[in-house]
Amino acid sequence: MSNSDQILDDVTKKEYEYGFYTEVESDRAPKGLNEDIIRLISTKKNEPEWMLEWRLDAYRKWLEMTEPTWLKPKYEKPNFQDITYYAAPKKKKGPDSLDEVDPELLKTFEKLGISLDEQKRLTGVAMDVVVDSVSVATTFKKTLRELGIIFCSMSEAIQEHPELVKKYLGTVVPKSDNFYAALNSAVFTDGSFCYIPKGVKCPMELSTYFRINEAGTGQFERTLVVADAGSYVSYLEGCTAPQRDENQLHAAVVELVALDDAEIKYSTVQNWYPGDANGKGGVYNFVTKRGICEKNAKISWTQVETGSAVTWKYPSCILKGDNSIGEFYSVAVTNNHQQADTGTKMIHLGKNTKSTIISKGICAGSSDGSYRGLVKIGPRAHNARNFSQCDSLLMGDGCGSHTFPYIETQNKTAKIEHEATTSKIGEDQIFYCNQRGIGTEEAVALIVNGYAKEVLNKLPMEFAVEAQKLLAISLEGSVG
Amino acid sequence: MEEFKDKLESNYIVFENELNGEADTAVHGMRRDAFRNFEKLGFPTKRNEEWKYTNLKPILKADYKLFPKREDHIEFKDVKRFFLNEIDSYKVVFINGVYSSWLSETTHQGYDVCTFGNALRKYPEAIDGYFNKVAKTDEQAMVSLNTAFASEGAFIRVPKNKVVDKPIQIIFFNTSDDREIMVQPRNLIILEQGAKAEIIERHQSLTDTPVLTNSVSEVSVGANAELHYYKLQNDVHTSSLIDNTWINQYRDSVAKFSTFSFGGRLTRNNLHFAMKDENCLTYMNGVTILDENQHVDHHTVADHLVPHCESHELYKGIYDDTSTGVFNGKINVHKDAQKTNAFQQNDNILLSDRATVDTKPQLEIYADDVACSHGCTVGQLDEEALFYMKSRGIADKEARALLMYAFASYALSEVGIRELKQKVNMLIAKKLGVDLDFEL
Repeated sequence: MSNSDQILDDVTKKEYEYGFYTEVESDRAPKGLNEDIIRLISTKKNEPEWMLEWRLDAYRKWLEMTEPTWLKPKYEKPNFQDITYYAAPKKKKGPDSLDEVDPELLKTFEKLGISLDEQKRLTGVAMDVVVDSVSVATTFKKTLRELGIIFCSMSEAIQEHPELVKKYLGTVVPKSDNFYAALNSAVFTDGSFCYIPKGVKCPMELSTYFRINEAGTGQFERTLVVADAGSYVSYLEGCTAPQRDENQLHAAVVELVALDDAEIKYSTVQNWYPGDANGKGGVYNFVTKRGICEKNAKISWTQVETGSAVTWKYPSCILKGDNSIGEFYSVAVTNNHQQADTGTKMIHLGKNTKSTIISKGICAGSSDGSYRGLVKIGPRAHNARNFSQCDSLLMGDGCGSHTFPYIETQNKTAKIEHEATTSKIGEDQIFYCNQRGIGTEEAVALIVNGYAKEVLNKLPMEFAVEAQKLLAISLEGSVG
Repeated sequence: MEEFKDKLESNYIVFENELNGEADTAVHGMRRDAFRNFEKLGFPTKRNEEWKYTNLKPILKADYKLFPKREDHIEFKDVKRFFLNEIDSYKVVFINGVYSSWLSETTHQGYDVCTFGNALRKYPEAIDGYFNKVAKTDEQAMVSLNTAFASEGAFIRVPKNKVVDKPIQIIFFNTSDDREIMVQPRNLIILEQGAKAEIIERHQSLTDTPVLTNSVSEVSVGANAELHYYKLQNDVHTSSLIDNTWINQYRDSVAKFSTFSFGGRLTRNNLHFAMKDENCLTYMNGVTILDENQHVDHHTVADHLVPHCESHELYKGIYDDTSTGVFNGKINVHKDAQKTNAFQQNDNILLSDRATVDTKPQLEIYADDVACSHGCTVGQLDEEALFYMKSRGIADKEARALLMYAFASYALSEVGIRELKQKVNMLIAKKLGVDLDFEL
């Protein structure tokens, strides 16, 4: 705990520090949703005909679907006619280099602590930044291009690599998969696209930063990562939003395709605005994330969830190929009136498939945290192996923690272990720290970090530091 | 399903007409409300989260007769093997839902061991105090349906500080040869403060004609009372059982429930504990061994409403052929139930590629100072242990049976009646197809 002093400092002082709003002139579509809006989005993005058809088909499917109600968190249903589906920072054309990016926007990212300039020079992380639905900057494109790696915004990919987009878009998360996935398919405005060619090991972390800036907008981005045979990529995703009294909707879809022998590591630090201490405002984070593994492929999801008023997401793996591996590491922190319903699905279809689930929930204040997961072993998934561990840590008597694991086994050779515990921080642990001169607040930060370490260790270095800080900030005021 | 529902509706009118003067009583008011509730809810379908893995449709296709003919006589020697004979016991026996005084052995000395019908007539205070008070009908279609027709079953009441001197056996025989029948027993079991009792419950068909039993037991375990309850489910492969058992526990009480499921076509056990006062201790144990196309679904709820209670749950399952097993264990810890200790474990072995198990251990916790855990596993027999035994001359089949027996036997630890434990051991051995000439 070398940075424990800093954490303590942060803990006592910080509120949501990313809650600023940047004055950037923006181009907005009128509120509401109908086929004309979808046509407008498609025209604005200068999309080919097939893409528009694809969107309209998704929209028609969406119209026939009803919003699911099985979710544990209670929230006010969004009014889909009161949302702006397209808001873009005004720009004549897409920037070719950082110098062309709106300086106001660059300042935003500096405030966020992700100066693109600095990132570019020091960390060597290539990143794609999406503000209010539109990708504004992609760094390091040239370096990646030399290796044959395609890393660009989704709209660019639709223009320049239609064959790849056409081949993979919607194959992992079909248009009619669920209510919010269908909505996303109809109105998604941008997102990131990444293609790693055969046998290439991506030399740097690829990163996307999402930010909702405009009021009254929803963010619907679509991410598609395709790792061709034998390739490797590590992908990071971060999110923030300004402080607002209204509930903003974020309904994203992330699709991962890991072909034979490929490996994708997908890390998320989710820090959308969680609402104030009384539960007013905050982002609804309704996300569908899913990956498919072919032979010997591996997909690893790591997530640190600290933000959002309501989180609803289950990053999943379809282990289709033999010997494929799925992993899910998650820390979900809820405080005040936040509600999180998150977990994973591991669908074992191939032989000798393995999956690991480590989920750590931390609930404080009047928040509610749920783990909901499915482990399914298909009849032909011989020698499938799963290990799941879902722990919850409760702080304060106003919070709730729930576990809903579904385990369905149709093969006798399956080996499945599932364990879950719920408890509060042991008084003896705190006492032990106290009697060695560590204050209670600091002791809690220490114990929580130790508790979440298994997951934090899986994050790339730059993210791990940020995640640790976020953890402490999120739990501010929950001790004592 | 709709067809059967219509039939139940017309049967309910017949049932009401035959009540004579009873139709205006408070009890019948409750029945009527329950039936209305059932009409509203209808039979649960797979779309209902609680019935996701259990499909009642095929069971409800049969043309069940609701009020079987009244006079049916069976000889004791024909059914002797279904009783626990080695020890003296009280017996409350029903044939096709009708009380059989011939096979029963009831008492009113010190405590009441008799029938629900008797209690309806003679003990209005017990009925007013407990009937329809322990089991909840609101979201429960099957409980509502049972309540609507509630008229017969076992009634056991143990007054303050009395200990029932021998175990009580409640057995429901079904004999109808010509028609499929549906029976709906309603049991009421009241243990007052400091009372103690042991109960064994069994449903047994003596025929291959399909039988559907929809049973509801309401159990109240008073302060400092102790109840041991054993459910032996080893029915023929044509009969189905939906068992709803609701238990209220009061201060310092102990309730131990063991469910042994080896038989039947479809068995659904709803076991619902509500800890109403502090310092309750609850045990739920289960052994399930299935083959052919059997289906068993265990739904348990431990509702921790107050602080300082403890619940332990252990369910073991072994599934062969095309059998299907379901386990859904819920632990609810309510807002003020601090210092709750709740533990749950569900272990399963699949012996066949066509057997499936769906398990869902579930925790819902709203208090922070608790220690709760659940675990669940699906796996196979340890090949090394098998090899060890085979290398010492134990045949493969016996070695497997031994391992499976050892696996299941953890859940037998709370069985307090020695003779019953032997009987369960025998049943397990028979189900595994071996002789186990030892006891644990």
